[in-house]
Amino acid sequence: MAKDTIEKPGWRTLPLGDVLPAGTAHEFKTGDWRSFRPVHDAAKCTNCLICWIYCPDSSVLVEAGSFKGFDLDHCKGCGICAAVCPPKVTAIAMIDEREARKGAQ
Amino acid sequence: MAAIKVAKTGNEAMAEAMRQINPDVVAAYPITPATEVVQIFSQFVADGAVDTEFIAVESEHSAMSATMGAAAAGSRAMTVTSSQGLALMYEMLYIAAALRLPIVLPEVNRALSAPINIHCDHSDTMGARDAGWIQIFSENSQEAYDNILQAMKISEHPDILLPSMVTTDGFIISHCMETMFFLDDATVKNYVGPYKPHASLLNLAEPHSLGALDLQDYYFEHRMQLAEAMRRAKDRIVEVGLDFGRRFGRSYGLFETYRMEDAEVAMILLGSTAGTTKMVVDVLRREGRKVGLIKLRVFRPFPFAELAREFGRVKAVAVMDRSDGLTSFGGPLFDHVRSTLYDLERRPKTVNYIYGLGGRDITLEDLRSIFVRLQDIAAGGPIDPLITYQGVRA
Repeated sequence: MAKDTIEKPGWRTLPLGDVLPAGTAHEFKTGDWRSFRPVHDAAKCTNCLICWIYCPDSSVLVEAGSFKGFDLDHCKGCGICAAVCPPKVTAIAMIDEREARKGAQ
Repeated sequence: MAAIKVAKTGNEAMAEAMRQINPDVVAAYPITPATEVVQIFSQFVADGAVDTEFIAVESEHSAMSATMGAAAAGSRAMTVTSSQGLALMYEMLYIAAALRLPIVLPEVNRALSAPINIHCDHSDTMGARDAGWIQIFSENSQEAYDNILQAMKISEHPDILLPSMVTTDGFIISHCMETMFFLDDATVKNYVGPYKPHASLLNLAEPHSLGALDLQDYYFEHRMQLAEAMRRAKDRIVEVGLDFGRRFGRSYGLFETYRMEDAEVAMILLGSTAGTTKMVVDVLRREGRKVGLIKLRVFRPFPFAELAREFGRVKAVAVMDRSDGLTSFGGPLFDHVRSTLYDLERRPKTVNYIYGLGGRDITLEDLRSIFVRLQDIAAGGPIDPLITYQGVRA
């Protein structure tokens, strides 16, 4: 087991009263317990970005007005993006996370 | 600096202190006997006498929440309450302290339900004694006014950053008129000074988050910071009290001693009963009885080391609790004082009196009989009963 080498601040140096810099949740990767993974089909996508609007965890990444990808470090696999993708488009499918990981190896 | 001689009730005095402080935000809900403070202050807002944003909330839970939000946003924020109202704030009291929001809360001591009762005892304030708030008790309207002004200087100090509650005794102080002195507006404005928050959620140049999840590996360190701030607050309170005296002629400490120089027996208590007791002490002194009084002003932080020094020559002490912890072992002040005395070489005998619950009068004769009993204990008499419910009908 890897030894924990992070030096944790004591009470004298810890920021006062639980005040932290903003946006640190981004550094905490919370997507590792996902059961389902969203998969995007660029050929079908119309870039309506309804998935981006509905994603509760800001995990749909957009660049210059176009779908860019999923932030799989934070996506929980809730499937809302796939559910709100318009029926005529269906550009997002949810696949089994374990199968996806096996495929990646 | 002009001292303005007035006749005011405790509630009027507290509202006037708030007007002169001119906080950025006040969020409050009325509750007897503190209603008048909120009512008078909201009139100041309506008249344009203050710049305060007044938020009329739907409960004390919301009052403290909104006050905390305002303080976290970087404003000087206050609220006012009593009894059930303070109890309804319970959850947020702990958070306000731990987030280091230096809120000052005028609080009027009143019994807790049930049975429902609007009169004075200290149950409400004692219920909040472990919340991380500085707690300052007042003997009269003058002290209430002075204590609120000092609490601003204590709470907002960068080494402290703890909230304070300044209490008066319901009806006895809150509704009784007496002669006192106000400072003029400019003097108070200069004394309290501008507010510089240690962190402000509205400071877009330094975005930050407040109150993040803090588990096994950080919570303990944050609680230690709180404990340390409370320990430091003791020196700060003394410093502010002396400075107040130098500026305005009325000095304050952690407690006041009354005829303790050669006292053989003593009483220790909080709040308005001190006035009555001083009168009894004077009468007994004229009879040649060596009695004295310690009026504890600051309950949090508890000045145990400083108090211990006062009891070195005393043979018997009555600890007067205007609340009952329902512990089967007396009230909260008794716990603290008895523990304070433990390390003394010559430890006085100590008995506890629970008195005045729900506004029950404590009379000159009650106090006299307690002093007389203390003299008997000092001469070797029994300390049984250890705990007496003074004035309760059998």
